[in-house]
Amino acid sequence: MIDIFHRMTFRGGIHPPEEKDRTKGIPIQTIPLPEKVVIPLSQHTGAICEPLVKVGDIVKKGQKIGEGKGSITSTVHSSISGKVVDISPHPHPLGSDILSIIIESDKKDEWVDSLTENEDYLSIEPAKLKEIIKDAGIVGLGGAQFPTHIKLSPPEGDRVEYVIINGAECEPYITSDHRLMVERASEIVEGLKIIMRVLSAKKGFIGIEKNKPDAIAKLKAQSSKLKAHIEVVGLNVKYPQGAEKQLIKSILKKEVPPSVFPIEAGVVVNNVGTAYAIYNAVRYGRPLIERVVTVTGNGVKDPGNLLARIGASFEFLIQNCGGFSGEPEKVIMGGPMMGIAQYTLKVPAIKGTSGIVVFSKNPPSSPFNKGGQGGLYQPCIRCGRCVDNCPMGISPNLYGLQAERGMIDEAYNWDVMDCIECGACSYVCPSNRPLVQFIKYLKAEVKKKQK
Amino acid sequence: MLSAIIGLGILGLIFGISLSLASKKFFVKLDPREEAVLKALPGTNCGACGFPGCAGLARAIIKGEAAANGCTSGGAEVIKNVSRIMGVEAVVKEKEVAVIMCKGGRKEAMDRFRYIGVHDCKAAAMIAGGNKACAYGCLGLGTCERVCPFDAIKMDDNYLPVVDEEKCTGCTLCAVNCPKVIIKMIPISNKIHIRCNSLDKGAVTRKNCTVGCIACRKCEKVCPIGAITVENNLAVINPLKCDNCRKCVPVCPTDTIENYFGGEPRYASLMEEEAENVQRIAVSK
Repeated sequence: MIDIFHRMTFRGGIHPPEEKDRTKGIPIQTIPLPEKVVIPLSQHTGAICEPLVKVGDIVKKGQKIGEGKGSITSTVHSSISGKVVDISPHPHPLGSDILSIIIESDKKDEWVDSLTENEDYLSIEPAKLKEIIKDAGIVGLGGAQFPTHIKLSPPEGDRVEYVIINGAECEPYITSDHRLMVERASEIVEGLKIIMRVLSAKKGFIGIEKNKPDAIAKLKAQSSKLKAHIEVVGLNVKYPQGAEKQLIKSILKKEVPPSVFPIEAGVVVNNVGTAYAIYNAVRYGRPLIERVVTVTGNGVKDPGNLLARIGASFEFLIQNCGGFSGEPEKVIMGGPMMGIAQYTLKVPAIKGTSGIVVFSKNPPSSPFNKGGQGGLYQPCIRCGRCVDNCPMGISPNLYGLQAERGMIDEAYNWDVMDCIECGACSYVCPSNRPLVQFIKYLKAEVKKKQK
Repeated sequence: MLSAIIGLGILGLIFGISLSLASKKFFVKLDPREEAVLKALPGTNCGACGFPGCAGLARAIIKGEAAANGCTSGGAEVIKNVSRIMGVEAVVKEKEVAVIMCKGGRKEAMDRFRYIGVHDCKAAAMIAGGNKACAYGCLGLGTCERVCPFDAIKMDDNYLPVVDEEKCTGCTLCAVNCPKVIIKMIPISNKIHIRCNSLDKGAVTRKNCTVGCIACRKCEKVCPIGAITVENNLAVINPLKCDNCRKCVPVCPTDTIENYFGGEPRYASLMEEEAENVQRIAVSK
């Protein structure tokens, strides 16, 4: 039966200001080479890589310099050609210091010799494709950085029917996926075809929020010949439309139960950036060494979408956008909803860096920057707005109270582990409570107890 | 009216008889010592012994799963009483108190960034290790103050915890909950403490904090009995050796070593006076 009332959406969610106008019309810019890159050995979920080079080694662009051991891990590659000057812990945008390989550029920017091009890439065996994707160091470029080759390996007995390419980009301010869809539409569709071949899936979807009509039109034109296999879907504009399970609910009307991976429900979701990187890796043999980073916010002079090398420092990228305008109040990796505030600009852009958002002190910015109000939070007034807006249907208000009282077991019983940390609750909270931080704290405590 | 009284009376009789029969039939014989031990325990249910509350420890002592001196927070009196009930010799360890091994409050220690968020050290430590430039220092958000069941820790104006040695029972809850592990349990007779936890090199520590140990080894050299050792860029006093002579206190260039006696050093005269306190393991009956 056709569900005529289905509105391409999900339960809960919020409508924060989009703030995408600054950069959504600006084409992806190629910027000068950074003089130095810092390649962290952990840019993925799972085991940290071990360095394959020594200090003093000469490396080429695209050379594999780190490889992980174990089942869930990935690889890292040099993003420039030059000399390894140091291998030491370096600040990482996700928080603590991580062992990183620091490479000084020789300004030649030479590719490593061993790149294999495949004109006829759609006839390669799926197992071989997965191998190429693993060797190219491809991880989820939406921000979670989960190794893609593992995502493309369904457990024994599970059949994947649908592949969804996530072009929702519901995070305010960020436009890197948007520009990629407009400018590299054919590559994204080819990437989707490769993913569908790996999984032998019968249908592919490309989900895009309706506030990007140009991207929808481009991808529709690209996939018009393949109507039976690939469908471009316009989605309601709502945060967090781009969250995996919410996206599946919107497109397939399927609800994936908590603590079940979408792959077990026969669906695989990949970001548009990941599809593009897969195409590049399979067609040209190029590993993942650059990505589109949106540098934006009212604290940047000339916001734009940069094609940044992995490992270029935030300082370098912001300088390439004209530097700060006024005194910066906060620099965030990722968008304002789920991004992580940084304390130093020395941190490198990593595979999951979709954007850098800078809020300036003057003029004070937007409802996203609650720190501007002194960072104080008040007690919970039990208004229930967080519960209404939670896309997972859980109770963030309770978690805040439980975290304050150290009630770890109770929080676990109230399904705190199902939280996707989208930040909708913190955004709507009239008491300014840092609910996501409370939840992250509870999750860490629960994991400690389970050990 | 009358029928109601008679009806209820009969019901009461039936229930009373069945209840008294049930209590006879399902009678569980309790070790009378268990109740006595529970009464002797402090009853704060702090959990420091590792058992679920005082009742849990009482049961474990009766079953022989825990020693008669298992209660860590009750002090000598409790252990003596429990040992008497159990009919064993009381082995009283010296009371240990929490010592905060960091002296760098807001005034002394540098910040890396302004922290805005949950007012709790454990939550703050999850964000790049906290806002202090020193990765080992006290975050000053008072988690230890909140977990202390005995109200023995208070945060001062400089955002550093201060331990009340009288109230502290040595239950170790603060030490367990400190994300930076800067709280050490040290016998109460030890009054000289090197209040720093930083394993950074001297130059780095000096940049981060005005009162951090820079591992200059002056205290190690001046100590007449070799109780101080410098390892991993940090001077540590061995509490079993230290005799509170406090010669190390004035030589410390960064004022990291703290004299908990307070006031001016009183050397020799006081040392005799304190000799009794310094007994590490007192055996009493």
